[in-house]
Amino acid sequence: MVEKFVHKKVKSIVFGMLSPEVIKKMACAKIITPELYDKEGYPVDGGLMDIRLGVIDPGLRCKTCGGKLKECIGHFGYLDFARPIVHVKFIDVILKCLRATCKDCGKLLVDEKKLAKQDEERTVVENERDVNVLRKQVHVFVTGLKSIKKCPHCEAKQLSIKMEKPTTFLENEKRLSPIEVRTRLERISNEDCVVLGLNSQYARPEWGILTILPVPPVTIRPSITLESGERSEDDLTHKLGDIVRINQRLFENLNVGAPEIIVEDLWDLLQYHVTTYIDNSVPQVPPARHRSGQALKTLSERIKSKEGRFRYNLTGKRVNYAARTVISPDSKIELNEVGVPLRVAMEITIPETVSEWNVKRLKKFVESGPKNYPGSNYVVRPDGKKKKITDETQEQLLEELQPGYVVERHLMDGDIVIFNRQPSLHRMSMMAHKVRILPGKSFRLNPSVCNPYNADFDGDEMNLHVPQTVEAMSEAEILMQVQTQIISPKDGLNVIGCHTDSVTGLYLLTTRMEFTKDEAVQILDQIGVYKVERFSKFGEIVKGREIFSAVLPDDFNFVGEDKQKRKVIVNNGVLVEGIVDNAIVGQEKGELIRALCAKYGLDLGIKLLGQLFRLGIEAISRHGFTTSISDTDLPGEVGSKCKEIIYNAERRVSQLIEQYNENQLVSMPGLSEEETMELKIREVLDRARTKIGEVVSSIASEENPTIIMVVSGAKGNILNLAQMAACVGQQSLRGRRIEIGYKDRTLSSFAKKDLMPHARGFIKGGYKDGMDPKSYFMHAMTGRDSLMDTALRTPKSGYLYRRLSSALQDVKLEYDSTVRDGKGNIIQFIYGEDGLDVSKTESGKINVKRIVEEFLEEIKNVA
Amino acid sequence: MLPEYLKIELNKTIKSSKLNDVQKKEIEKRIETTYDDSLLIPGEAIGIITAESFGEPSTQMTLNTFHFAGVAEMNVTVGLPRLIEIFDARKQPSTPKMELTLKSKYSKTIEQVREVAIRIKETKIGEVVNEIQMNLPKYRIELSLSRNVLRDLNLKTSDVVEALKKTFKNYEVKEDRWTIYVISKTKEIDLTDIYKLKEKVKNLHIQGLKGITQVLPIKTDEGYVVHCAGSNLKDAIELEEVESSTIKTNNLFEIADVLGIEAARVAIIKEAHGVISDQGLNINIRHIMLLADVMTRQGSLKGVTRTGITGEKESVLAKASFETPIKHLVAASLTGEVDELNSVIENVILNQPVPLGTGLPRLVVKVKK
Repeated sequence: MVEKFVHKKVKSIVFGMLSPEVIKKMACAKIITPELYDKEGYPVDGGLMDIRLGVIDPGLRCKTCGGKLKECIGHFGYLDFARPIVHVKFIDVILKCLRATCKDCGKLLVDEKKLAKQDEERTVVENERDVNVLRKQVHVFVTGLKSIKKCPHCEAKQLSIKMEKPTTFLENEKRLSPIEVRTRLERISNEDCVVLGLNSQYARPEWGILTILPVPPVTIRPSITLESGERSEDDLTHKLGDIVRINQRLFENLNVGAPEIIVEDLWDLLQYHVTTYIDNSVPQVPPARHRSGQALKTLSERIKSKEGRFRYNLTGKRVNYAARTVISPDSKIELNEVGVPLRVAMEITIPETVSEWNVKRLKKFVESGPKNYPGSNYVVRPDGKKKKITDETQEQLLEELQPGYVVERHLMDGDIVIFNRQPSLHRMSMMAHKVRILPGKSFRLNPSVCNPYNADFDGDEMNLHVPQTVEAMSEAEILMQVQTQIISPKDGLNVIGCHTDSVTGLYLLTTRMEFTKDEAVQILDQIGVYKVERFSKFGEIVKGREIFSAVLPDDFNFVGEDKQKRKVIVNNGVLVEGIVDNAIVGQEKGELIRALCAKYGLDLGIKLLGQLFRLGIEAISRHGFTTSISDTDLPGEVGSKCKEIIYNAERRVSQLIEQYNENQLVSMPGLSEEETMELKIREVLDRARTKIGEVVSSIASEENPTIIMVVSGAKGNILNLAQMAACVGQQSLRGRRIEIGYKDRTLSSFAKKDLMPHARGFIKGGYKDGMDPKSYFMHAMTGRDSLMDTALRTPKSGYLYRRLSSALQDVKLEYDSTVRDGKGNIIQFIYGEDGLDVSKTESGKINVKRIVEEFLEEIKNVA
Repeated sequence: MLPEYLKIELNKTIKSSKLNDVQKKEIEKRIETTYDDSLLIPGEAIGIITAESFGEPSTQMTLNTFHFAGVAEMNVTVGLPRLIEIFDARKQPSTPKMELTLKSKYSKTIEQVREVAIRIKETKIGEVVNEIQMNLPKYRIELSLSRNVLRDLNLKTSDVVEALKKTFKNYEVKEDRWTIYVISKTKEIDLTDIYKLKEKVKNLHIQGLKGITQVLPIKTDEGYVVHCAGSNLKDAIELEEVESSTIKTNNLFEIADVLGIEAARVAIIKEAHGVISDQGLNINIRHIMLLADVMTRQGSLKGVTRTGITGEKESVLAKASFETPIKHLVAASLTGEVDELNSVIENVILNQPVPLGTGLPRLVVKVKK
């Protein structure tokens, strides 16, 4: 296939109505018969599938342009109406024009003086170049004309004109036929059109009454051949068929001089068909239906809504050179790499232009062909002809290959690709990775980049796009790679960091682990650290902290705080003091990661991060780590202490209830007595659970794996442990204790008006103890509530996002440091009052203190 | 050029350390370099980044409309619904709320404060009567006042009578101890008329600020604050007892009307920031500022809706691709609108580079043939 597209830039688009002349001019055929095909199944001349309108059958040629299927884009036809028909979408304008002009002379119902004044006012508004304001101004003026009863020009008396939905106009209760309406509209002069808010060059009011209908090319309404060989026509063809049929009938009846009433009926029917052809969901018009009862999808429905032309096809485009498959983790590859299965790599290609310098290399790809890796699938000749490499063509192409040719070679290690997971809520949902061809059938990604994608491996699928031009590739590489996206523009915190096992591992490593020298070197080797001079400093027994330090660059200095607010100090690449935990290396906190990236640049920073992550994994797998139910075992005295706390809380609650019942409760300001009691009960119960949490944590040993996870910040908090071990606590629904259910009680097993904790959703035992049916039910209630919340929230926040992005999409920073919208209106003179890019700052700030401290340190070292 | 606040911060930080002038210069230069490196790059699609910064975390917000922060506060809409409300620029928030700080001379004792609070609360006649009887044969309605309620509200019978006399000039108003009669002057009155009269009398405003349905004085460190359900900034600002410079309301339109658009901008920033941090989320203030600026740029509050910001876009295609495409296309065709294609979505539709980021600079290169 020869590509003969000419690349031009569209500068602007003008919108307007089609005049009858234009419709006729752009038409290639006049449609006169509702028949579609003749007996042989060949399109009828003058029918709706006329081959002058384009072809949809393979083998046929278009009579207009001679093109075959897919070459001919289709051509318009037209249809003459026997009687004019009102266009539903323009009834408002037509009514406006009728009311504002004289029924006899067609002039505007204002005298010259007023008109001049309006002209003046309109020009003022026009100069502001805001269509909305102009429209409003004109509208106010024009609606003011409808009450005028006498024409100031010809003194004719004006009758009131009403519109009867959907398409009839009434003048003093008498029906105005479209013919009459059209003649009146024709009388309006071009100058008056301007006053009425119409641009007469593009929209004459009488064009809103159709005398001729453009028939769209068959290519936009292709018929489908069913398995049975039967043809199924498109909805539009159906509707057009109706129109043509009724139109022909109307013609015939007019010619034989049929009685008025028959003509009227047919005319109305034609009007109905045209109305539903344009829009099948006009209020008060029964929608045209298929025989099955399903409403037809006509012109308006094609454009409207999420599945319509605009949102489905124009703003969302389908692409080639993309792949999609399941993802799985691989911490051994770098963060900015993506593991691509061989099958994908052999399908998707990258075009490389042959030059003198790479001809040898590219020849090898052609030689390998599409079946061997690394090979190539296509060769593009300089004239644009694309040749598939097959056993037959291979040799010839190999011979032909010379500078100027393009070889579409397989994807290879190091190629840049864009990786994406839906929903693409922020820019970190599409990042550029380097390809790493791996065996298997899934995309592999480093678990550290799960967070920005919000991915996990429970069956998630992700998409991969391969940029096809050098510009696109370099843009992706420079602007979109993972390392450029470490810091989120949302809040200036790092979205990429160590998490879960890796954090636990680093915590264990820096607190308690020790290795022999051999082991230490082996670990470092496995994570990709090869610093021989550091290895030589190792003693016979190597502490975990030394291994951690070995990853850091030699001149790295860092002061930070860990989760417990203890100091963590790195001096010249050695961890001198402190424990590495979530606050140091984690997501959205990792101070160390930020410091590394700031000092050594993003490329090295991401590499070090990958090494730290792997170190954590390596450490935890050597240490061994299990969480189990026995983590939540409480020693006897702790258990009884917890029971005591609950018992006390319950007693206190029953006291409160008693006070309430005896009206002794002093209500708090703004609350009723009942509310006060509820509030106090909730307080008591909450306090009880916190207390249990404290008791549990005070007992739990440093060696308890669950506690280790909590302390290192890898996952969970102490309340989770308390819930498992001792007490699940109060289940709350909409910020209150559970109140709903039966009359005066939550479940029928409780006494009426029982206000005690257990009757209102307080679960005494821990998850490990199990729950009784009542507790289980109440727990399920809150669980269901939160599920509902999520299900209802997603579409709401999605809509908010859509609105925001469509409102702000064209807001950009200009070269003069102002923030402007698409029109060029200034929104801010300096972005955010200081012009800082949040993704280049430390949580939105320039850290003056750190810079000063670093400087002072430097001075000290020099001195 | 360093912004003022950074200079101040720098001076504060190096004040204590002994540095000579050369060193001071050096450090200032370093900070300047860092600042310059951290600047936003021209062409950056900052609007989209702002939209993303709201859109992504909003999926994590709760939908729970109400919350009861602290010991005794009134219900307020929070979370996602409130955020939507702010961005929509609704005329009336679903839970309007106002905080009034009292001047110290009016807040010496709790009794005094309560008294002021009661005077702020809107009271209608319906609340101070036990019963309103319609007496058709005598062409009148009879209001029997509730002594207790009147006393609680510091009202006298005469106050009620005054109010009635003021509004119902065509009627005779008589009082008889705890009963008030509103008598029609004409005899041509039927049951529906008298019923309407009754309803009118019931809803007659006699005391307080319109719209304030609930008041709650709360003691804070700075004195007494009256929390009000309902908002009426225009009248509250006139109140003698209230420190007018510290009134808080969550009704953005009132702020724009009474205090002007700049105040509304600050209010949007504060409200949105409050909602977001309340949910434990973190969105940089710059994003909120940009959005607030977009909403208030034209001098009046514009919501992020199809009638608001998006509806006022220049481009037909941009409007059409958002919502109600047909309406926009028809309107555009009538006026022969021209789409100059100078923003994003139109160019996406036409498969052309968008004028943002790397699509913004245009280079003209002479190529040798």
